[in-house]
Amino acid sequence: MSAIVSRFRVHYEKFRLDTELEFPDRGVTVIFGRSGSGKTTLLRCLAGLERSPTGHMKFGESVWQDESLNLFLPVHRRPIGMVFQEARLFPHLTVRNNLMYGYRRIDPSQRLIAFDRVVDLMDLHPLLDRRPQGLSGGEQQRIAIGRALLTSPKLLLMDEPLSNLDAERKQDILPFLIRLKEEMRLPIVYVTHSLEEVLQLMDTLVLLQDGRRVATGPANEVLSRLDLAETAGPSVVGSVLTTTVAGHENEFSLTRVQYRDRFLYIPEQPLAVGSRLRLHLLARDISIALGKPETPNSVLNMLPATVLEIGPTDTPGSSVNIKLDVGEPILATITRKSLAHLKLKPGMKVYASVKAVRMVHEIEEN
Amino acid sequence: MDWQPVWITLQLAATTVCVLLLIGTPVAWWLAHTPSRARVWVEAVVALPLVLPPTVLGFYLLIALGANGVIGGPFQSITGSSLAFTFTGLVIASTLYSFPFVVQPLQGAFEASGKSYLEAAWSLRASKWDAFISVASPLAVRGYLTAVVLGFAHTLGEFGVVLMVGGNIPGKTKVVSIAIYDHVEALEYPQAHLFSGGLLLFSFAVLLVVYAYNRRLPVHVS
Repeated sequence: MSAIVSRFRVHYEKFRLDTELEFPDRGVTVIFGRSGSGKTTLLRCLAGLERSPTGHMKFGESVWQDESLNLFLPVHRRPIGMVFQEARLFPHLTVRNNLMYGYRRIDPSQRLIAFDRVVDLMDLHPLLDRRPQGLSGGEQQRIAIGRALLTSPKLLLMDEPLSNLDAERKQDILPFLIRLKEEMRLPIVYVTHSLEEVLQLMDTLVLLQDGRRVATGPANEVLSRLDLAETAGPSVVGSVLTTTVAGHENEFSLTRVQYRDRFLYIPEQPLAVGSRLRLHLLARDISIALGKPETPNSVLNMLPATVLEIGPTDTPGSSVNIKLDVGEPILATITRKSLAHLKLKPGMKVYASVKAVRMVHEIEEN
Repeated sequence: MDWQPVWITLQLAATTVCVLLLIGTPVAWWLAHTPSRARVWVEAVVALPLVLPPTVLGFYLLIALGANGVIGGPFQSITGSSLAFTFTGLVIASTLYSFPFVVQPLQGAFEASGKSYLEAAWSLRASKWDAFISVASPLAVRGYLTAVVLGFAHTLGEFGVVLMVGGNIPGKTKVVSIAIYDHVEALEYPQAHLFSGGLLLFSFAVLLVVYAYNRRLPVHVS
């Protein structure tokens, strides 16, 4: 079911946004695109911070914007929570009063989440009486998320909330976002230019380019589409596999994970057997062999595969993307020379070797 | 020794500052946030009193406030009294004269805190007015302090405009700066010294307090 149906057309001097989008009413929808693709403008249109002159937007049954009727619900009347790139905590208020700012402004009967619950969820107890100045970026962003949650939003909008944090701080915040996604039943629209940071959160992916929607769908479907490889870029193109921890080989510091009836070795993870784990297999880290090598070799992860589809070869550069079926669709980037050498055709049986696995994060322990 | 000029001066400065805050705040707000091209024109007009000789401003005001002037005329037909050479006329003149001293610090403060905190406030269910009161104003507290002090002090020191539109009516429009002039003309140096020294010390003390206090204000927005 769609929670949000939207159509925006914004025209600036050097930039235009022209999209029609539907967002599901649950889970995390990630809007991904390079800088200048219009993703932040799209989010601001959804929030009502930007007014698209020919826009239309419906949230559930209520219309928030319909320019044909000159209808535009101002930001403060929309039941949204917004988390910006910078935390934007009010410097003249304590952390507690920052959190209370929106909470005080909604009718008590509309408050669906208690103050203490948010403080617990975001682990803010030790910070309550301090002022925002002097807090770390991660702490500030946790407060900003808590502050947004305390307005009991029906829709949470996040504009690159992690991009100003260094890698370590990102890892500090991520568990909170995962908790948020699991414990609060509310749709989240999350804008980012870095898919790695949201891999564990993402349910639906919207790919934006030059102000237009290029693709929408379940994350793995979109990321493994050959025609989008160019748009998404080599640091992202690949597949997302949802796996289960099957066992550990402590003497080698390895963890064995399973998806369907296949197994993969990854660097050891501090997770119990049975935990679920999402893996990002980048296309450039997958190579193809015609048969299983007779001689012993160092490759740990060798998966029997079927060639599904061969990507366009008329693109600039020496490489081509191949879509393989290894139980799940995955992509491999090889050189055009190798393609000619191996004479790959759809339907061929080959082996895919996985040279590296990116972004191993715990998603949930069920 | 006639102390009445002191009392009139303080009254004039206090009234002017109140009027200036009421008018200057929306103007400064508009200047800080408008994308309109008219902005530069308004900015230039607001800054005019900084460069114009007070006599020029005073001359036009005298005409405008007079019984046949664009302001004085309607005022007279409504209230039955003239504006020129009255305390009310002085307040109008001082308001114009000190306008940039209030608008510019406020505009600077509003611009410094920018739109980002406002957007955050709106997204937290605050209406525009609510966000202005609860977020923008406290963030602009330094700007307000500077505006009040500069507006007050500048009105205290005004001479030319007052002389042109207020005349020199003892007990009604005779302010300290003009009293000093009169005393000097009459070679009453002790009285001139008293007023001048008093004005000097008062101005210095106010500025000192403001600068000292400004440093200790908790809000830093860059």
